[in-house]
Amino acid sequence: MTGSDIVAALQQRFGSAIVETHDQHGDHTIVVLREALIEALRHGRDAGALAFDMLCDLTAVDYLKFPGREDGPRFEVVYHLYSIRHNHRLRVKVRVEEDDAVVPTAVPLWPIADWLEREVWDMFGIRFEGHPDLRRLLLYEEFVGHPLRKDYPINRRQPLIGPKI
Amino acid sequence: MGLGGFFTSKLDSAIGWARKYSIFQYPFVTACCGMEYMATACSHYDIDRFGAGLPRFSPRQADVLFVVGTISHKMAPVLKRVYDQMTEPKWVVAFGVCTCTGGFYDNYATVQGIDTIIPVDVYIPGCPPRPESVIDGLMKLQDKIAAGAQRY
Repeated sequence: MTGSDIVAALQQRFGSAIVETHDQHGDHTIVVLREALIEALRHGRDAGALAFDMLCDLTAVDYLKFPGREDGPRFEVVYHLYSIRHNHRLRVKVRVEEDDAVVPTAVPLWPIADWLEREVWDMFGIRFEGHPDLRRLLLYEEFVGHPLRKDYPINRRQPLIGPKI
Repeated sequence: MGLGGFFTSKLDSAIGWARKYSIFQYPFVTACCGMEYMATACSHYDIDRFGAGLPRFSPRQADVLFVVGTISHKMAPVLKRVYDQMTEPKWVVAFGVCTCTGGFYDNYATVQGIDTIIPVDVYIPGCPPRPESVIDGLMKLQDKIAAGAQRY
């Protein structure tokens, strides 16, 4: 299937839950509602014609002060899917508000989502509901804040951890 | 100065002279400065000429702690522990701008100079420092050792 066929098939199945689609140089993207996210991902993984058996990456984007997106939902969580069987790709995005930054977990679908979701929690402070062990991945427990948020001050100093003089 | 003081100062300078030519270093290498450290240690620049040719990979056998490379906040307790494990007398060299001031890593993850964690005797700036400046720093450290300027 080509990228536009994939998007058309998903639109036919999920209808208005897919709020936006676009493509850039042949890479197709769908934006889904949070309520339909896990169902869409599961369908993408299990349907034979799609067979997205690999989650390449799971990350997030902070659109605070982004031109044209000032009043929209602040965060976007991005899933990069790849099918080894069919050699095709799809990006799935879900938008979340700052004061309700929660997304259902994808760990039951792809075990790799465990660490990727911990990284997103670490850097952006987006929680993943149902994650088995949502701790910081790269930073340490004493760290205050989430450094890849656009409102994290670049010159904020964290307290030193461990023994001191 | 009495005769006793004369012998004490002569003994101190003899010990200082011996120590400055038997530097056993502990290279705490975390980043790209390590390549320049290796270049300095190898035969072309040859820090063995200064008696510093034998790195010890146990802090308990080392006199000089070479902190080579960026120290993150997560690494800071490890560095402090290694420093505490070294026996007296001991000296610390900050190798490269990352260890001196944090360098261009002015961000959330990097310690802004290792002197916020442990005392430092010699700072070698550079990103990374040329072997010549490393040797210059080493000779400055030798002067400091010979003068008996170590903390107990």
